[in-house]
Amino acid sequence: MAWFRKSKRPRSAASDRPRSTVPEGLWVRCDGCREIIYSKELDRNLQICPKCGFHFRIDSRARIRLLVDEDEPRELYRGLLPADPLKFRDRKSYRDRAKDYARQSGEEEAVIVVEGHIGGVPAIVASMEYRFMGGSMGSVVGEKITRAAEEAAKRRCGLVVVSASGGARMQEGVVSLMQMAKISAALARLRERGAPYLSVLTDPTTGGVTASFGMLGDLNIAEPGALIGFAGPRVIQQTIRESLPEGFQTSEFLLEHGFLDMVVERSELKGTLATCLRHLRHRS
Amino acid sequence: MRPSEVPFEAPLTDLRRRIEELESYPEGSGRSKEIARLKEKLERDTVEVYGNLTRWERTLVARHSDRPHTLDYVEHLMSDWIEIHGDRAYADDPAIVAGIASFMGRPVAIVGHEKGRGTKERIERNFGQARPEGYRKALRLLKLAERFKMPVLCLVDTPGAYPGLGAEQRGQAEAIARNLLEMATLRTPIVVTITGEGGSGGALGIAMGDRVFMLEYSVYSVISPEGCAAILWKDQDKKEVAADALRLTAPDIFELGVVDAVIPEPAGGAHANRSETIQNVGGTIAAALAEVEALPIDKLLDQRYRRFRKLGFLIEG
Repeated sequence: MAWFRKSKRPRSAASDRPRSTVPEGLWVRCDGCREIIYSKELDRNLQICPKCGFHFRIDSRARIRLLVDEDEPRELYRGLLPADPLKFRDRKSYRDRAKDYARQSGEEEAVIVVEGHIGGVPAIVASMEYRFMGGSMGSVVGEKITRAAEEAAKRRCGLVVVSASGGARMQEGVVSLMQMAKISAALARLRERGAPYLSVLTDPTTGGVTASFGMLGDLNIAEPGALIGFAGPRVIQQTIRESLPEGFQTSEFLLEHGFLDMVVERSELKGTLATCLRHLRHRS
Repeated sequence: MRPSEVPFEAPLTDLRRRIEELESYPEGSGRSKEIARLKEKLERDTVEVYGNLTRWERTLVARHSDRPHTLDYVEHLMSDWIEIHGDRAYADDPAIVAGIASFMGRPVAIVGHEKGRGTKERIERNFGQARPEGYRKALRLLKLAERFKMPVLCLVDTPGAYPGLGAEQRGQAEAIARNLLEMATLRTPIVVTITGEGGSGGALGIAMGDRVFMLEYSVYSVISPEGCAAILWKDQDKKEVAADALRLTAPDIFELGVVDAVIPEPAGGAHANRSETIQNVGGTIAAALAEVEALPIDKLLDQRYRRFRKLGFLIEG
């Protein structure tokens, strides 16, 4: 006879439950310093490791709560869902994949847009959801960010886009590539209207997102330690056939090479954005 | 020509060899009749083979090293070519050529990827994979064209922007992004032709314009079939399936509304008859220029904005 009997059935596999960005349980291991952290402490600390300052990823809604004054800001352009122009199918169909991600992440698509205020300054804020297909940019992401830019241009208010994305979405083929062009054109118009655009790059931002609106901010701001680049590190490694230098493609690396204006800790981000928006307010 | 580049051409290469052989024989014993018969068969078979290429096979045609390149178009369609070099910040990138030439009696600005010919030049030009300097040189030319009221012709043919250490350090993403922003509002007409490979952001970095054309056997994609296969199928050998899934051929892209027209290639592809291909491209560009130059610039910019604004497929729930 066994010494212990199972009094509860084992929990089902994690795959069919929504995954939160922070692993469940009381204790979490930090990806930065490998220390064990009390998860409540992590929650209180904006998902920043209290020991080493490592920034854990946060989801798109947590990001909005962090940045926007309103408790429940009005969400814009809800109900835009991915179509499937290529009838794309790899080992799974794009339609099914999108539905699975929607269920897992609780989001319709890889970006949410709200109108609200940041430190009292009105702004349109878009926040990307990495948990939805790696934050990949297809037609819906393209359309929502373009509309956000057009709305900001109309109101002459600030636009803030928080990126977290692996780049263009393969499943929409060349159509997702065109979203880079579409969004960039809308940002060019926003610029002509004299309204500011702040690009906030978070971990990770790569590919077509970096190579369009990610790098096009009047100011480019990143969180510490984020992976930011054009080509992914693996692709580069395969190309040059040697290991990459320490800290390559991090926020700090981009700051050093002149592609970011600042690296700002999460706790300071809202205040910094508010100050930037106040400085760059449209003056006629 | 390296027949291995396009394995499906093997039967055609065979026929060509037999014709050549016969032609070297002395006259008589029905030789010319046989040659005529074989030539007719070659023509028929070429049309047959090229009419039934898979998307992956078309990708191989798009990559064929004998296709006309940017400098071939310049040489055969233009005169008084003045090439510019350098981004005025770091270096000159030979993977992108840029310059001014006379086309149909007036100056135009031309920018295009250049893959080069022969091993040495191909390496020098990094197989048409541009670095940030290339995109910044292109931007210099665009701004020059705007100031001097010249239309811009872009010729796109790249596997993609170079994914290297230095390219990242010097801001590959920023260089491409800035070109998109600038091309959206550049106050001069832009006509783009995808002549070979339209490799993702590296292609798009010089491919925003008032008109965008594709040669019949060119391809345009967000990722190469090999790359897509490696990521989604975890197996590079699934490239044929990935090519089908990506719908990257000119007719596919036209159907998606991303390009305005497909420029026909001669039977057997551009590499079989470069000069006819070049003339086809020249004709299409000339007609397009006449159209876009007839419009007031603000109207043209409005159309350019709407051209890209409407690209996307979604469901309004």
